[in-house]
Amino acid sequence: MTDGSGSGTVSRTEDSLAHQKSVEKYLSLGAAERDHLKETPGFYTRAWRRLKKDRVAIIALLGLVLIILFTIIAPLLERWVGVTYTQTNLRAALLPPGGTYVDAATGETTRFWMGTDGAGRDILVRLAYGGRVSMMVATLALIFSLLIGMTIGAVAGFLGGFVDTLLMRFVDTLMCIPSITLLLLFSVWMKPGPVGLAFVIALLGWTGVSRLIRGEVLSLKQRDYVDAARVLGASNTTIIVRHIFPNVVSLVIVWASLALPSLILYEATLSYLGFGVRMPDPSWGNMLNEARELFRRSWWFTFFPGMAILLTALCINLLGNGLRDALDPRLNER
Amino acid sequence: MTRYIVRRLIGLIPLLLGISFIVFALMNMVPGSPTSQMEFNPSIKPADIERIKENLGLNDPWYQRYFTWLGNALRGDLGISFINAQPVTRTIATAMPNTLALSIPSIILAVAFAIPVGVLGALKRNSLFDRITTIFATIFYSMPTIWLGMMMIIIFGVQFQRWGLPYLPVAGTHDLRSGGGFWDRIEHMIMPVITLTLVSLAGWTRYIRTQMLETINQDYVRTANAKGLGYRIVVMRHAFKNAMLPLVTLIGLSIPDIFGGSLIVENVFGYRGMGQVLVESLNTSNYSVAMACVMFYAVLTVFGNLVADVLYGVLDPRVRLD
Repeated sequence: MTDGSGSGTVSRTEDSLAHQKSVEKYLSLGAAERDHLKETPGFYTRAWRRLKKDRVAIIALLGLVLIILFTIIAPLLERWVGVTYTQTNLRAALLPPGGTYVDAATGETTRFWMGTDGAGRDILVRLAYGGRVSMMVATLALIFSLLIGMTIGAVAGFLGGFVDTLLMRFVDTLMCIPSITLLLLFSVWMKPGPVGLAFVIALLGWTGVSRLIRGEVLSLKQRDYVDAARVLGASNTTIIVRHIFPNVVSLVIVWASLALPSLILYEATLSYLGFGVRMPDPSWGNMLNEARELFRRSWWFTFFPGMAILLTALCINLLGNGLRDALDPRLNER
Repeated sequence: MTRYIVRRLIGLIPLLLGISFIVFALMNMVPGSPTSQMEFNPSIKPADIERIKENLGLNDPWYQRYFTWLGNALRGDLGISFINAQPVTRTIATAMPNTLALSIPSIILAVAFAIPVGVLGALKRNSLFDRITTIFATIFYSMPTIWLGMMMIIIFGVQFQRWGLPYLPVAGTHDLRSGGGFWDRIEHMIMPVITLTLVSLAGWTRYIRTQMLETINQDYVRTANAKGLGYRIVVMRHAFKNAMLPLVTLIGLSIPDIFGGSLIVENVFGYRGMGQVLVESLNTSNYSVAMACVMFYAVLTVFGNLVADVLYGVLDPRVRLD
């Protein structure tokens, strides 16, 4: 508003003049000086720099990118191997990794790098497509739970009183029921597709983040800058969105990165029990389900999907640990 | 103390009522009823289905059935299975010991290993031991329980047999031919219990390590060091005791996860416990049984939390429970 030069009322022209002057000054600076001016890194720039120094976290990030790439190039893999992910071939069933199948009629050879499943489908190609579904379900579940949890947490923390008590009692009650049982119930009820499944997982996954946000909002809303905003006439929505929300983002990022692996595991568990992603869509979880009967003799049938889940969850966990350290420098001592 | 426990116990009543109401409502909003399988069976007449529904009380509105169920349940009658007309209590009575046989030893084992490993990791921070255990903890923490179980079956059940090594049975609670002696049952428990243990062990080790690290940096530990107390006394009396307090709460709060884990493990190892019964009953819309299973989990969880809170109060004199 004012440029600090003294006079109480600064007219619009003066204001824009001052702005123009500062632009000219900036342009007249040499390159080195200009770079120096830029050197006032914000919170996230500093966090990113800290993260970059964390070797484990960066390797985990790379690993995660590779896994995502692997699922993106699924159609290419399909063309390279020469079979589609739903193509069954009972004569090529349960081939071990690296096994080949020669078509008697055409003489064509197909090599299966991760072997084939009980119906003769290529596990490598199915793994790539299954990864798409698994990761999509987990990511959507995360987004949905963040939306529900943050809204409820913010409302409870901000309004306080009766609303707070009621909402938190509800959260307590939900937390007392082993979530897998409710997940099974919801899945039976809705017979969801992948998006629906993500929503079902989110219906139970929001409790943790809502508590976290509530606690943070409770303490943030007593800060002076919130009072200042209120005095200036800001509405509740403005205060939450503009003044409180930016302060909980880093907390939410850490929570999200640590919650995502468990969401992937939830998808796998539900699909394994036959209540999740349904055939013929592959997902890492329902590949484990398909392997149920045959995995004892054909280890590759269950090994690769499980390994995919493990590696993905591991990368996200390690990245999450790195993010926590980077975003919360107070914890760096550990 | 007694007053606190009584008050908490009274507080459990609305909580359990709330849970049972939510779960009952959910189950009855699910389309598909125990009779929906019969509707595809040409040899069963629609009139018979109607009669079965009437007998099972399925024609009443669900809230009315809830109160009937609640009244009966309070008198210890959980109804009959919609599928084989067995009393639900009998189904539960055979399945429950199996679930407890998996979860209780695994809680004990996990605590017994997590405490020394976590504490040593914190005391010898960044040592080789600490690094290796942290790596393993992170890996097991990210591992799908299902897959861990399957891999154990492949290695210790199948491959060991092939290699001529002593191997473990891969499924069931006991040997069906011999009827199952004590050692036979133990043998069948080994793999499921280890699977279940490894999963919670990973998280708990990390947690204990963090707690211990936090505690040994506290002022009172520094004071104890400064006044010349021996290393052993500082670690065991000053740091360890305080670091272990939150563990009580953690175990209390982990009970739902342990039962969730046992549900999975039971399914992988074909171990007939509550988890398997629950999955089966949901698959056949057998809601009287499913309801009992969910309530079993809920009651244990709620009581677990209560016990954890009370124990915390007993162990930590700073916490006043009135």
